[in-house]
Amino acid sequence: MVLLGPQQAKPDVGAALAEAGVRGQIALVTAGWQEREADDQALIAELGVKAVNLTLHARSEQLFAADKELAQAHKARQARLRNVNDFYRIRLDHAFEAARAISVRHVDPELLAEEVHESVEGLRQLDGDHLERCRATHAAFEEKWRLAERTAVAKHRAEIKKLVDDSEAVVVMGGHVASLLNRMKLFDLTGIARKKRWFAAAAGAMVLTERIYLFHDFPPHGTGIAEALDWGFGLVRDLVVLPDPKHRIRTDDAPGIARFVQRIAPATCAALDEGARVFSENGRVTGASCHRLWPDGEFAVGWTG
Amino acid sequence: MNARAIEELAQGPRTPEAVDKFFAERTFPIVEGPAITIVFRGDAEAIHLKHWVFGLPSSQQLTRVEGTNVWYLTLELPAASRVEYKLEVVRNGRGEWMEDPLNPNRARDPFGANSVAHGSGYEAPTWINHDPESRPGKIDELFLDGPTFGRRRVEIYLPARFRRTRRYPLLIVHDGHDYLRYASLGTILDNLTHRLEIPDMIVCMTSSPDRLVEYANDERHARYLTDELVPQLERALPVDSRPQARCLMGASFGAVAALSAAWRRPGFFGRLLLQSGSFAFTDIGDRNHRGPLFDPVVAFVNQLRARPVAMAERIFVSCGMYESLIYENRSLVPVLQATGMDVRYIEARDGHNWENWRDRLREGLSWLFPGPLLFVYE
Repeated sequence: MVLLGPQQAKPDVGAALAEAGVRGQIALVTAGWQEREADDQALIAELGVKAVNLTLHARSEQLFAADKELAQAHKARQARLRNVNDFYRIRLDHAFEAARAISVRHVDPELLAEEVHESVEGLRQLDGDHLERCRATHAAFEEKWRLAERTAVAKHRAEIKKLVDDSEAVVVMGGHVASLLNRMKLFDLTGIARKKRWFAAAAGAMVLTERIYLFHDFPPHGTGIAEALDWGFGLVRDLVVLPDPKHRIRTDDAPGIARFVQRIAPATCAALDEGARVFSENGRVTGASCHRLWPDGEFAVGWTG
Repeated sequence: MNARAIEELAQGPRTPEAVDKFFAERTFPIVEGPAITIVFRGDAEAIHLKHWVFGLPSSQQLTRVEGTNVWYLTLELPAASRVEYKLEVVRNGRGEWMEDPLNPNRARDPFGANSVAHGSGYEAPTWINHDPESRPGKIDELFLDGPTFGRRRVEIYLPARFRRTRRYPLLIVHDGHDYLRYASLGTILDNLTHRLEIPDMIVCMTSSPDRLVEYANDERHARYLTDELVPQLERALPVDSRPQARCLMGASFGAVAALSAAWRRPGFFGRLLLQSGSFAFTDIGDRNHRGPLFDPVVAFVNQLRARPVAMAERIFVSCGMYESLIYENRSLVPVLQATGMDVRYIEARDGHNWENWRDRLREGLSWLFPGPLLFVYE
């Protein structure tokens, strides 16, 4: 499995395939591009190998048109998740405010360090609770709607399986991370393609890890606070990936970096810029060439390990 | 405070050639650190600077550089400030107001145009200008009938990627036609949508022929919005009908209209964007110094201050530091916050004008309706 950085300015997924010796057909996922899913000609030309787009976004539209009951249930689940996320976000904002207020108190440095640690623990707790609520919502949905048993779902999954079976590897591109996650989940892509080689870029890399964090230190309003979105597929463990750090991370904000890395510990935090590579086998990271964020707040450029 | 450039002119030969050179070498007004110098060249009995900056005298006389027809006035203008002004040129005992002929910067508004002085560091935002990469939305005209005000015209902005099968948040803009004309609202919506900073949304621009009455906490206006306009828009367009997806917006009296409608129908509008609201109130008695038009506003704001209620979920409030309403806006924010509503308050070094309201739209809209920016990694 190879995780890659952003592909917009200088795509290098084709180079990654070549480096790994992939020459046969690949199954392509561009569902994160949503309505632009089919605009894949330039990308396929760059790949240098034959590609078949699994069209997960278009398939989801067809599926929901054919199975109205499921469409309603899916919509309701997403609305619930959005509301849960809103409330989590409110708690997060307040926890950050509290952490800030505590951090400027003039007290014994040892006590202050303890309190800063407590603040991080509070954030970890919030993240954990939120992720568990997401898990419970997905589990209840799965149990009630038994996707694999629904005719329309089964039909699409069978078609996808055939395409994947005929392919040497799966390539997952970036885009809207929640949309990508949902489509891959709906069609059980990681179940279907479990034994294939995977190449995933940007949002694609995020969904293959255990936990997905949304982040942006330069939002159009105020300051950004990273937030847990949901569980990923966990094909790569103990790693949180942050794509496109050049445009999204305040690399000189040591306290902010430290707080985030401590918050996601013991997972490692990798920032994937253009040209980045993270290699993994059986869920474990085996090598990387990327930027790394450390618990002391360092943003290590061009880290290899 | 005297400008260095003017001192150099005054100490020089002051010949017509030297004066020509002085004007050829500079742009006006002259900005030197925190000092800004307004300059006028011409014969006159007196020149006055007329501006609308609360806290400074609204008319200040320019001084003539002896032996020339050059006039100047140096003021302190803090970094990132923006001030609108006119010059009053007095000739034959009569004053004539005009835009500053040496200053190319103009701000248009319903009363015409003003000259604009920028303090050091102020830059007009890039997102107010047409971005060739962003796809323009479409603006349609719609006539809606209702028992309260009869037939009214509204304009509807539909995002470039509008599709009937989707549901969109609804933003209702008081004085929307002025926001389009003087605050580049259409272009800003196109750009912020393209940059993923706001979601695709439907925007309804309303206007009132009698705004000072209808916008001043008038039950008829709240009824028009909630019982007539919104239901008709929901029938005509794929609008998300959840309160979280509904926003009322306005500036000045338009902000009063938004706040009072939300107050009269708590929970109906989940989002409010209030710019330089005319939120006049009194701490004792009911007399206010702003005149009888404000009486209903004072009654409303006094009531709200006495019994604050959570009427929406998120409220964005902005105001210029150089307008008298800063006092009222600063006072209102903690009242709103005390109810548990999520309130964001921004002050700008600017006045009561459309470009101030324009410059705050990115922060306000993207906070009230965050776009997919946080979700997209390509």
